[in-house]
Amino acid sequence: MDLIRRTVLKGAGAGGVLAGLLAAGVLKPTLAYANDWNAAAFGNKDFDAAMKAIGAEGAAAHPALALKVPDIAENGAVVPVDVVSNIPNTTSISILVKKNPFPLVATFDFANGALPDVSARIRVAETSAVVAVAKADGKVYSAQKEVKVTVGGCGG
Amino acid sequence: MADPMKIRAQMKGDVCEIRVLMSHPMENGQRKDNDGKTIPAHFIQSISVAVNGKTVVSGQTNTSISRNPVFGFKVKGPKTGDKVAVSWKDNKGETRTDETTVA
Amino acid sequence: MKYASILGALGILALAGGAFAQDEIDHAKAAKEFEKFRAEMEDSNPAELNEMKGEELWKAKRGPKNVSLAESCDLGLGIGKLEGAYVQMPRYFADADAVMDAERRIVWCMVEKQGFKFADIAKKPFQSPNDTGAPDITNLVMYVAGHSRGKPFAVDLKDAKVRAMYEIGKEISQYRAGPYDFACTTCHGSDGKRIRMQDLPNISTKEGAAKSVLGWPAWRMTGGVALTTQWRMKDCFRQQRFPEPKYASDVVTALLTYITANANGVIYKGPGIKR
Repeated sequence: MDLIRRTVLKGAGAGGVLAGLLAAGVLKPTLAYANDWNAAAFGNKDFDAAMKAIGAEGAAAHPALALKVPDIAENGAVVPVDVVSNIPNTTSISILVKKNPFPLVATFDFANGALPDVSARIRVAETSAVVAVAKADGKVYSAQKEVKVTVGGCGG
Repeated sequence: MADPMKIRAQMKGDVCEIRVLMSHPMENGQRKDNDGKTIPAHFIQSISVAVNGKTVVSGQTNTSISRNPVFGFKVKGPKTGDKVAVSWKDNKGETRTDETTVA
Repeated sequence: MKYASILGALGILALAGGAFAQDEIDHAKAAKEFEKFRAEMEDSNPAELNEMKGEELWKAKRGPKNVSLAESCDLGLGIGKLEGAYVQMPRYFADADAVMDAERRIVWCMVEKQGFKFADIAKKPFQSPNDTGAPDITNLVMYVAGHSRGKPFAVDLKDAKVRAMYEIGKEISQYRAGPYDFACTTCHGSDGKRIRMQDLPNISTKEGAAKSVLGWPAWRMTGGVALTTQWRMKDCFRQQRFPEPKYASDVVTALLTYITANANGVIYKGPGIKR
């Protein structure tokens, strides 16, 4: 399989080989993507506007929505985030960083057995609250936690 | 041609834990190159995860995802031997799909 | 409603968090957190992508002599033998009549066995944030280092030549120079030092030396680049405002011999993530 993939990748655009492999079912066609990229929501520079754009205005806290981030980021360029929603029927989770130039970081939709449990590594521009938003049964919930971003010292 | 991802899919009880490491510069369009010119934004905008061809997670991402993104997902239902495929598409229209077998 | 009281409770917690934010950051607590999250992130480390590239490079016939490193390069344990080789370097290589660290040895193999020019490699041996990928040598070092996962550092100090390099490295680490009259030991010579949030390991002790060599080569969060110990030594020189050390030269090997040998016995865990 690896060899085939490598050959195909090298020959991408060499229509014949690609088409043949697609037809043979060996190479899976590009998978279903979410709707066209939500530029309006992602392009928001204002946190409240971004929340509104994803329908999270007035999101209430919920004890079953867990957000895990470090208290202090060793480097704001790579901050691990974990969001787990045990709210029944959660269909999507979004991650925002209040003080980032573009607060909306990502949105994930779950289906066909995927659990509302996602981890990611994100950029946090400055000390800020990281916010998780979960949608379940037509309602919206949120959790937030502050991450301190310090000025680093030496290398490592 | 975009570089391959590294995907790991392991059964832990009845949950399939998926971890994917992607190779992508995730340029946010704010950095400048050595000549002082702004490096244009080049970042992954959408991701999808499929098990045996059926989409289980679809996500949209912004410039605040770190370089060489790493994502973790959990899915109930897959079994050892099933195929997990991850795809991404960036703002330049470049795409990448890689596959692994559930261990 | 239930949620209102929870929100109230969260509000109080948030306030408490805010109050602490005003105070000094508890450094010891922060350092522990950094270690914990780094360890978590090292599972699915972007450095693995470099290892994958390194594998291709190691196995491919390359260079003017069209030979692969896999079939020609002896890292000390026999031609093409990778398991445990990284942690036994620096070591003395008779065919080169020199003590060499891993990166320097791989470069030697690329030059002597594959026919590459040293000057071409030395022109750009380290990745910058604006590069799309790491240089070939970095990917190779990652691949080689990955094959020493779980093995203890084992620099052979019984070898007279290695011992000599060790002593030179020790002296260099104490040698004050540059406009600030710094030596390595100015920052790395005693316990308990740090610069802002970064602990500075004491390279003269086993524990400190271990902290210095563990986790390299690494994917560095700053700039999102893959880097090696050759780079780390060079960058320390830069931070001390010393002249730049020649790439893959004796001064770097000597320092790496000193630090790595001080960490002998400590189990290496493979490429890591650094700040």
